[in-house]
Amino acid sequence: MRFALTDDQITLRDAVGDLLAAECPPAVVRAAWPGGDQEPVDRLWTALAEMGVLAAMVPESAGGLGLTEVDLVPVLTAAGYAAVPLPLAETAAVAGPLLAALDDPGGHLAALTEGRCRIALAGPTALVPYGQRADLALSTHGPDGPRLIRLAAATTAPVPTVDGSRAALRLVDQTAAGPSAGTRLDIGDDLLALTADRATLAAAAHLVGLGRRLLDLTVAHVGTRHQFGAPIGSFQAVKHQLADALLGLELAAPMVLAAAWATATGAATRAADVSAGYLLAADAAERAARVALQCHGAIGYTVEYDLHLYAKRVWATTAATAGTDAHLDRLGTALGLPAATTDPGGRP
Amino acid sequence: MDLRPDPVDEQFRAEARDWLRTHRPARPLPSGDTRDGFAAHLDWERQLFDAGWAVVSWPRRYGGREASLWQWLIFEEEYAAAGAPQRVTQNGIFLLAPTLFEFGTDEQRDRILPAMAAASQLWCQGWSEPGAGSDLAALTSRAVRDEAAGGWRLTGHKTWTTRGAFCTHLFGLFRTDPQQRRHRGLSYFLVPLDAPGVTVRGFGRFDGDEGFADVFLDDVFVPDADVIGEVGAGWRVAMATTGSERGLTLRPPGRFTAAAARLVELAAARPDRLTGRLREQVVRAWLGARAYHLFTLAQVTRMLDGDPPGAASSLNKIHWSELDIALHRTALELLGPDAELDAGWTRGFQFSLAGPIYAGTNEIQRGIVAERLLGLPRR
Ligand SMILES: Cc1cc2nc3c(=O)[nH]c(=O)nc-3n(C[C@H](O)[C@H](O)[C@H](O)COP(=O)(O)OP(=O)(O)OC[C@H]3O[C@@H](n4cnc5c(N)ncnc54)[C@H](O)[C@@H]3O)c2cc1C
Repeated sequence: MRFALTDDQITLRDAVGDLLAAECPPAVVRAAWPGGDQEPVDRLWTALAEMGVLAAMVPESAGGLGLTEVDLVPVLTAAGYAAVPLPLAETAAVAGPLLAALDDPGGHLAALTEGRCRIALAGPTALVPYGQRADLALSTHGPDGPRLIRLAAATTAPVPTVDGSRAALRLVDQTAAGPSAGTRLDIGDDLLALTADRATLAAAAHLVGLGRRLLDLTVAHVGTRHQFGAPIGSFQAVKHQLADALLGLELAAPMVLAAAWATATGAATRAADVSAGYLLAADAAERAARVALQCHGAIGYTVEYDLHLYAKRVWATTAATAGTDAHLDRLGTALGLPAATTDPGGRP
Repeated sequence: MDLRPDPVDEQFRAEARDWLRTHRPARPLPSGDTRDGFAAHLDWERQLFDAGWAVVSWPRRYGGREASLWQWLIFEEEYAAAGAPQRVTQNGIFLLAPTLFEFGTDEQRDRILPAMAAASQLWCQGWSEPGAGSDLAALTSRAVRDEAAGGWRLTGHKTWTTRGAFCTHLFGLFRTDPQQRRHRGLSYFLVPLDAPGVTVRGFGRFDGDEGFADVFLDDVFVPDADVIGEVGAGWRVAMATTGSERGLTLRPPGRFTAAAARLVELAAARPDRLTGRLREQVVRAWLGARAYHLFTLAQVTRMLDGDPPGAASSLNKIHWSELDIALHRTALELLGPDAELDAGWTRGFQFSLAGPIYAGTNEIQRGIVAERLLGLPRR
């Protein structure tokens, strides 16, 4: 038993963290909002490709790094910390290993590895976050089963989202004969479930990183902002909120890592662990966002200040991942709990 | 990272499980926070000791089996899962002993640890005073030097002392230097409760048990051999103990994973009462226990790598205490009208309410987290 990252995992995480600190500061996240300059955003993708991160979970035989979820989760947490405005998790943690497992239908893996192919995920309402910045959309919710859709050839409509850096679009008509049909993917049930869990796990890792960023921003702010002649961070009401935010994140992080382990090793507890990690991460990140805003006061409620870049990503991410109820239900079922009753008995 | 259990550890688990399942009392013992219950618990404690399970992580010479930190966690898991009795010796074993290992002399360790393990010396924690709870450094109980006798004379009043009326010894903080203020000038003493000048008065707790005690000290003599650590360094010694109290040793995760498993069983047995809201609460309670378990595994790995938990144990404390309340509160809702009975889960619920108070209130813990882990300014 050893619950800690290996030296290699730490090295990779830190290298990506350093890269993101340099290539994805708040200004770059801002640039990804409508009307911004796409150039630094594109450069970020190239830099990630050069590190091999995009093909981290593609086998070495197919030009990837051959890593697992355990290696990637710390990287995705770092990406959350930086609020990377690109479909990094979607490409690296979900689409890459899926396409590799399917023997590369459509032959996109080489381009993915070289940073010339970004793959976004289509949600159940055909909404594709980062779709405006992606080449392909992986849709597992379409009316006729899983498909890989070439966005340039599909009918799409750009849509504004709460987090402008998500650059989302919506697919129009995904039926088999429709203009957004794409290539059918023959994914077995097990692989489909694994793919869904990878997406949830990636979202959880992203959320832990976002929560951390929000907490760090806030700790820095309350240490310097003075009211009543003292830094507001010296007031207990402020301290206690931040302590709770930290607690949530500190408890979520090991659960998310354990979920990565369960996923990477094909453990029987995978489904329960992924749901558990997601539930804790989503709660912790949402709490951190609320606390961050509250402890900043009005400055946090401006778009000039950076806080909103990260807080809005939290809400956008939890909305896209959806399903607090679904994860609670799945976990309950894994525990052997009967379905909920609508008629509580035992009343006198 | 490797979350696979070590085969040697799993063998240890099987051995512990086996022994616990065959030896644990057939029926739950009466509360160890009552006089009769305490006596019943001592029989159990001695059985544990005779079989070598009283203090698994300690060196053999003190009655332990030199189990690793992992194995100790496993033992605690199995102990709670077996529904074995609460440890009435816990304040000695889990609070004083770590202090002795760190600050005691060989003579003190040889004299005290085997007797503690064998449950022939029963220790209570004498920190709080009527005027010094959260503000422990405000304590006024004092120790005056008796040079001729080679020791100290203790006078003061300790209170809310858990099981103080049933224990044989007390460890606590006293002011040895009246010139020094606050946490300077304090020393850490060991006091036999049958010493001349000691008066112990038991009183009832919120949950009805007699578990609390006032301990009055009137010119009680304690020899130099019963000072732990340096005279005047009591605060530092005591703070080392608080890490144990808040974090791992007093409340390892096995206790909560076992309680969560029992809650899940209860819920599964009462589908008629399992509304969506209660189902969610059950799942979240289980999740809280599992998260604490994993958090601890990560913490233990760091400790084995040489990084002591320090202020992080305050995170443990806040989490387990609030989890414990949520767990029990949910059970009461599942029980429905029968929750009114003065029985298992209800008792447990009442005790859980003390969690955010003892071992340093959660308000104090949040302050520690904010200042030491987040680096926020003091006021
Ligand atoms: C079941 C139980 C068992 C116990 N066993 C023992 C024992 O064996 N030995 C022993 O020595 N003691 C024991 N105690 C006492 C325990 O350590 C104290 O109750 C605890 O330290 C709090 O002190 P207090 O009760 O004086 O509360 P107070 O310090 O008076 O606090 C009351 C309230 O004010 C808040 N408060 C106080 N100061 C601050 C502050 N600076 N900032 C924010 N909030 C603050 C507290 O958080 C709390 O909510 C036990 C208590 C309980 C409930």
